[in-house]
Order: sequence, then C-alpha cells, then structure tokens
Amino acid sequence: MVKKDSGITFNLISHQKLEHYSSAEKLKYILNEVKEGRILVLEHGLTPTEQAQLIEHTMKEINHDTFIGIEIGGYENEKIGFFQRVFGVAKKPRMTVIGPAHLLRMVHKDNDMIETTIIPGKGAN
Amino acid sequence: MGLLERFRESRFSKMIFKIFGKNHAKIGIYGPPNVGKTTLANRILRDWTGDIMGSVSEVPHETRRAKWKNNIRIDNGGSSLTMDLVDTPGIATKIDFKEFMNMYGMTKDDSRVRAKEATEGVIEAIRWLDDIDGVVLVMDATQDPFTQVNVTIIGNLEARNLPILIAANKIDAENASPATLKSAFPQHPVIPISALTGYNTENLYSMMIKEFGKKRHKQRR
Ligand SMILES: Nc1nc2c(ncn2[C@@H]2O[C@H](COP(=O)(O)OP(=O)(O)OP(=O)(O)O)[C@@H](O)[C@H]2O)c(=O)[nH]1
Ligand SMILES: [Mg+2]
Repeated sequence: MVKKDSGITFNLISHQKLEHYSSAEKLKYILNEVKEGRILVLEHGLTPTEQAQLIEHTMKEINHDTFIGIEIGGYENEKIGFFQRVFGVAKKPRMTVIGPAHLLRMVHKDNDMIETTIIPGKGAN
Repeated sequence: MGLLERFRESRFSKMIFKIFGKNHAKIGIYGPPNVGKTTLANRILRDWTGDIMGSVSEVPHETRRAKWKNNIRIDNGGSSLTMDLVDTPGIATKIDFKEFMNMYGMTKDDSRVRAKEATEGVIEAIRWLDDIDGVVLVMDATQDPFTQVNVTIIGNLEARNLPILIAANKIDAENASPATLKSAFPQHPVIPISALTGYNTENLYSMMIKEFGKKRHKQRR
C-alpha cells in the first residue's frame, strides 16, 4: 500500500513501453504497480482477453487486509473498417486507467471521457 | 464400452454434433454482481421446466459457484431453442469483505469467507466464457451501465463472434432507465425486462431463439 508521506503516484504509460512485453509480462507489470498503490493510465489499453486475465489475476491477489482489488476503466477496441480487417490490421485497444480499488473510484464514463476520483482520506493526505 | 458408446465419445462424433447440432446451445447468464442473473435464471426455469436454479439475495456475490441445467427447451409458437443454461457468479474487479459487514450486517468471519469464495466465483465465471456459445448479459437498468465488467464480457464475446443479448433488468424499479443502456450499447440488442415480475420476458425468449439458434462460426480465443 502507498506510504503516507509519498502522495499518490500517477504514471502515464506510452504504448512503446508495453509493446514489447508479452501479455503475461504486461499483466504482471500492471498488477505489481497497482498493488504498490500507483495509478496507471495506459495509452493503449488491454485486449479483451488481457482484461479478463487481469481480473482473474486480481482475484488471486486479493488479500482482504492489504489489497481489495482494482478499479479499471477503458474503452472498447477502436472500430476498424472492413478493408482494414481484410488486410489484417489489428484492432487497437484504447486508453485505459487502472488503479487500486482502495484509492481510485470510477465516477462516470461515456463514449468520450472517463471521470475518476481519488477516494478521500485514503492516502491522499 | 459398446461400439455405439465409443462412437458417441469419439472426437469424430463430437465434430459432427458441432456442425449439425447447433440448435443445442450452451448459454451463459453473465453480468456484475446483484443485477438479477439468478432471478432471471429462476424465471426461465420456472417458465419452461418448473425447476429452480439457485438462491437470490440482496447481498452481492450470492452466487459463488456456477450452476447449470441442461436441455431446456423454449419456444415461441413458431420456432424453438434447446439450450444448456449456466448461471454464473457476478464478475467484479474488487471485493471488499468490509462491505458485507458494514452494509449488510454480516459477521467478520462470514464476510471474509463470502469474500474469499466470491473471488473464486469470479475466476470460475471468466473460465466458463471459453465454453459458451452465447451470453445473456444482465445489467441493472437503475445503474450506470459503463462498468468495465460489461465492457470486458462484451469484448471477449465479440472477439469470438458469439451472440450477446443485453437484458436491461429491474425495469419495474422507479429509477430504471433502459434508454441509457440502449444508447450505451447500440451494437447489441437490448431487451428491457423485469426478472422479478416477468415483465417482457416473452420478448427476451423470442430474441434468445432468434439470436442463439443461428449458426455461427465460433472462434476460440
Ligand atoms: N426490482 C427488481 N429487483 C430485482 C429484479 N431482479 C432481481 N432483483 C433483486 O436484485 C437482487 C439480486 O438478485 P440476484 O438474482 O441474486 O442477482 P445476481 O445477479 O444473481 O447476483 P449475484 O449472484 O450476487 O451475482 C435481489 O434482491 C433481487 O430480488 C427485478 O427485475 N426488479
Ligand atoms: Mg446469482
């Protein structure tokens, strides 16, 4: 969990940082950061399979006194056109925010914006 | 093992059933905790078999093991669908045992056990996704629909080209807003229902027959 005097860390992570990781490495990296109390904003989010695996890994890591899980908000894959699909252009998952559930709360999300708050009193001071 | 049984067990016959037996679908009821999945499963069974699926509660994570019933036949006068129906534990990204204590007055021990079992239930629900031919995604029409759980379930099904029906449940509640759900997920059919009162479930059954009876090329993820 985050140290009292260290404030809350937000890390904005470019897609270049994660693109050479395998899915397993990526998920391990993300979950470790989040368990350390950091909030991550990924330029390119996770594929649906990775999202499901992240939830699965999170469930295994939940320890009721130190880690209650994650808050995550992201967008569906970019819609790609018929021709792009024919030529094998992969769907790119869009921006995603992930943080520890004791710190980060999703307030609202629509097609263009994700609104979050830091839960007051939990490390914000 | 007789010859006939051996044939039935063989990969070859399984392949034949996969190709020709597509009107027998394995359908999962999915969604976040507490949206009314088991209430809907019970409603479907009561309407078509007289059975029940499982217990219902206002406390989230009531279902912590997947439950299923096989060979449920539903019809709408014209066409029919025979399915195996799976009621899954609610999928969540966080589980805090203190919520069970503070909001529902459970003891600390009970809360911890429930939370632990709930984490295992989530994993089981996710694993079942690999095994399913279509999903009724239940959402609570009184709540904000854009949860990551819904996005993740839809994304996984879309990646495998499998059909999804969205049941906008609790439509009987005063603050229900099915229109919000419809605009949030324009690419899938949204059917407003009340699993509690049975309102509009005939419509859901017709859509299930239509969407889940279709032949599709299933892709493994
Ligand atoms: N008003 C209203 N309440 C409903 C409806 N369907 C279910 N509920 C209530 O919602 C609560 C949760 O119902 P469940 O069927 O246990 O929900 P679930 O999705 O199976 O929940 P988990 O198993 O915990 O994931 C219960 O208090 C139900 O009575 C509905 O159509 N209208
Ligand atoms: Mg249930």
